[in-house]
Amino acid sequence: MPIKSVIGTETEFGITSKKVEGDDPVSSSLFVINHLRPFSSIRVLWDYENEDPLVDARGFTVEGEKERPTQDQNLSLNKPLENGGRLYVDGAHPEYSTPECTNPRDVVIYEKAGERLMHLCLENANRVRKEDKKFFIYKNNTDGKGNSYGYHENYLMLRSTQFDKIVQSLVPFLVTRQSFTGSGKVGTDNKADSATYQISQRADFFETLIDLNTMAKRPIVNTRDEPHADPRQFRRLHVIVGDANMSEFSTYLKVGTTALILQMIDNNHYLTGLELENPLQAIKAISRDITLKKTVRLANGKEYTPIEIQKAYLEQSHKYFDRIEGEPFVYEVMRYWEETLEKLEKDPSELSTKIDWLIKYELINTYREKKGYGWDNPKLAMMDLQYHDLNPDKGLYYTLVKDGYVDNFVSEGMVLVARDSPPRDTRAFFRGTCIKKFPKEVYATSWTSVLFDIGNFTIKRVPLLHPLKGTEVLVGDVLMRSETAEDLLRNLAA
Amino acid sequence: MGSQEREKKKSKDKTEKPATANPEVIEKGKKIKEDIDELLDKIDDVLEENAEEFVKNYVQKGGE
Repeated sequence: MPIKSVIGTETEFGITSKKVEGDDPVSSSLFVINHLRPFSSIRVLWDYENEDPLVDARGFTVEGEKERPTQDQNLSLNKPLENGGRLYVDGAHPEYSTPECTNPRDVVIYEKAGERLMHLCLENANRVRKEDKKFFIYKNNTDGKGNSYGYHENYLMLRSTQFDKIVQSLVPFLVTRQSFTGSGKVGTDNKADSATYQISQRADFFETLIDLNTMAKRPIVNTRDEPHADPRQFRRLHVIVGDANMSEFSTYLKVGTTALILQMIDNNHYLTGLELENPLQAIKAISRDITLKKTVRLANGKEYTPIEIQKAYLEQSHKYFDRIEGEPFVYEVMRYWEETLEKLEKDPSELSTKIDWLIKYELINTYREKKGYGWDNPKLAMMDLQYHDLNPDKGLYYTLVKDGYVDNFVSEGMVLVARDSPPRDTRAFFRGTCIKKFPKEVYATSWTSVLFDIGNFTIKRVPLLHPLKGTEVLVGDVLMRSETAEDLLRNLAA
Repeated sequence: MGSQEREKKKSKDKTEKPATANPEVIEKGKKIKEDIDELLDKIDDVLEENAEEFVKNYVQKGGE
């Protein structure tokens, strides 16, 4: 039996101001996330105990320094959230991780909640900044000068699933899914071949097929083996090849289709025969063909368009899920996936109210034609960047939503609730509820633990090694009847 | 009020509706070309001035 899907995403945001001279991006990022009012009067540490990003899924450990900040640094760098997620500074960027979710719709809701929280930080932070030092925050993946920052998806998988099977089944899917997950980009990056407009923000940055690295020579399949769960039972596939999406529908399809493919692989249903002759070349070539009509060559010599490859995956998914009883989201995802592929094949412009790279293309190209600009006009690069601006009065994506040019996929009400309420059906429920209910006694949290300091000189750790435990069904009652953290610890031990 | 404006107002009202138990909120967006002049004016209003310098100064190191 495959495990239920457990999915979460990490988004690194771009940060700048009008007068960047003298700005240090680490200090700027810290300044912003430490303005999370009214959601963080709380001081909770991040527990790094179980973190090890240097273990490789291929079975070895890479030498390097582990991140271990001092207590003050830790508090400043980390904002564990009441929704079970985490706001933090990683490298030189503000970053947000959603809590663990069991379906793609929840991922969309919690990712959007993260945008709202980042915007709150931004608003509060900018109140005390001079006009030309006010911050801008972008949910995109490139500065257009060869620097990329990540959007990472995380999927829980079974430890028993062989890593090479994942790689073989997944690579052609990851290379071609940009046809609906791409965020669109004016121009090129990282010394890649020229283009006026590309489907993907990230495609130019992928230089290897498989590796542990995420910062240079980026791999299509990342081998970080840090399950944030019982390592004997689970692995966590860390997908770094995707774009951050503004479009709710793009995010939904991106994590939904990937999750269902991984469920098949976890259940020994491998997808073979679609291996690409040159995935690194293909990912860039597809990104440069906005007609989606050009073919890429498979290892067996056949030539397929990206949509044909996606359709082959869809067909396999039907074959598999139509004869079992899968989770309900799987069938919903397959319906939307099918509809989307049909439109992409027939007339992609039909999706210019739904999918990021098409919304952005329609907007920028129409503007360009109307003004008579060439693609190299800096205003178009500005529009590209500003599409991702998290300020609702400035951001072009938000402007289009406000004026009814983009189709929403989840309700704003649910997004607002998700800012400070955890999902009920994963361990995020326990983590988030503890932070909310016992803000003074929760000493630290991590993906796999909640630590309590109830004033008796010892820190008590409640382990959360199983992502599908700590749910409302399992611990809702005990959390509700525990008036203090001490009660909770006593009741949990009983 | 023109029919497009009414359409727009309708979709705004929808967005501001409080959460319901049913998460299926799918709104039909209109095409960008429909109200193009109005939209382009709006873009010109919000677009950062000095685009060239702004974009040039946007450098993001230390990702991932």
